[in-house]
Amino acid sequence: MERRKLLLSFEKEAAEKAIVCELVRRFDLGINIFRAKITPEERGYMVLDVTGESDALRSGMAFLRSQNVEVDTSAKGVCWNESLCTHCTSCVNHCPTRALHVSDRGEMRMSFDSNECVECLACIKVCPFGACSSMF
Amino acid sequence: MEEAAVKSYEQINERIAAGKAVVLTAEEVSDYVEKKGLENAVSEIDVVTTATFGPMCSSGCFLNFGHTTPKIRMTEAWIDDVSAYAGIAAVDLYLGATQIQRGDPANLYFPGEFRYGGGHVIERLVAGRELELLARSYATDDYPAREVRGKFSIRDLNQAVMVNPRNCYQNYNVAINCSEKTIYTYLGVLKPKMRNLAYCSAGQLSPLLNDPFYETIGIGTSIWLAGARGHVYAEGTQHGSLAERDANGVPMEGAGTLALTADMKKMRAEYVRGVSLKGYGVSLALGVGVPIPIINSQVLRRTTVRDREITAPVIDYSYDYPEKTGRIITRLSYEEMKSGKAMVEGNSVETCSVSSYAKAREIAEILKSEIVSGDFLLSKPTDSLPREKKVSPLKVTPDVRR
Repeated sequence: MERRKLLLSFEKEAAEKAIVCELVRRFDLGINIFRAKITPEERGYMVLDVTGESDALRSGMAFLRSQNVEVDTSAKGVCWNESLCTHCTSCVNHCPTRALHVSDRGEMRMSFDSNECVECLACIKVCPFGACSSMF
Repeated sequence: MEEAAVKSYEQINERIAAGKAVVLTAEEVSDYVEKKGLENAVSEIDVVTTATFGPMCSSGCFLNFGHTTPKIRMTEAWIDDVSAYAGIAAVDLYLGATQIQRGDPANLYFPGEFRYGGGHVIERLVAGRELELLARSYATDDYPAREVRGKFSIRDLNQAVMVNPRNCYQNYNVAINCSEKTIYTYLGVLKPKMRNLAYCSAGQLSPLLNDPFYETIGIGTSIWLAGARGHVYAEGTQHGSLAERDANGVPMEGAGTLALTADMKKMRAEYVRGVSLKGYGVSLALGVGVPIPIINSQVLRRTTVRDREITAPVIDYSYDYPEKTGRIITRLSYEEMKSGKAMVEGNSVETCSVSSYAKAREIAEILKSEIVSGDFLLSKPTDSLPREKKVSPLKVTPDVRR
């Protein structure tokens, strides 16, 4: 079994299709949607965690692309800008998955593990320095 | 308390100028003295560098714009829609760090976001960015212009001087929330039922925790303020040196403060950062470095203080802080809080900080290298900070609450 975090972005035509449903039915993939912004007449976005057999995952991603859905595996829906971060640690109590964490307690420096991020956006609300941002 | 000097400021400066000074950060000095012994170390070490980086609300700057043709006597002014105080002189303004932007709904839709304000204007100024000035006047015979509007940067100003009435709190409260709902404070967002706590100090690196009786830090002390060479110009506002202290004299609560100034044209933007505190407002985070000349063994001994020896009071910001009850839930050491979890009333509570220890370490190293390379000489204070001063409350009862 393999697990992948995907960022899907699609034009409005693709927004009308039951894409997630197809992933479950046709490819036997487990889906956990972190967040989505799909509105008529606009470009849509969805961040989800997909679990399944390697072949099925590959086929599922190929299917998405065939439906004009852009598939990004670089987990960049939420960005931590290290140059804006002051390492104050204000965010650490609010990150539910510890994606944002103090990686070195001696130096008290922050790290961000984007694969652990479930894009709850709590960090964006609590960071005093605007170091966290969302692409949608 | 006073002890005969083993080294004078002049001798230390001679060694700095000759490139021979031995300088350690306040973090390094503890192990060094433990290894070498106090008496050996005092003859070797010339300077210990201390530092802090965190939100310092009582900050701001005086700006001189020069004169337009025709001249204006500014009576109201905004920079990037943030109001600056114009009641000083014709083209002098004072911009405060916590001033919110015109049109900001503040806490109308609670909790407000406070994306931009005085602290952010100050950050952009130091970064050399372009800002917009709008100034108005009632016009006079000698200053006939009624309005001026235009873009400017710090390079266009005659002077841009940071003047901060209160920075570098000696120690500080730890905020916790005992109520049933999330609260939004200047120490960040606090979860209900004591599920997290927030502290705000560089602990063992913090300037006044390394000189608890103000034996070397005083009025006239040269400091590193966001990369510029600045000075302590007075005791800070709310300087309350008559605080409760532990057996080593280290304050167990807020205590002393410093009033600081430096030329903003010489500052580095990465150490001058606008702060947005959800539900609270805007502020400015600043990097400050303060050198401690090792003039005798007692001064050295006090710089060896460690996080485990410094405690701060845990206070309920949902009730005891706003209502000034004076109740302290417990005291925690910075060592425990920096571990990520701390015990409060039998519960393990997640911790976070608003002050950046990582940045404070960086600053202590930068100041150390500036002293080692002979670029930063120390200055002897012209006056001492008061050692026996109390902070008094305002004896007026407000009649309106949120």
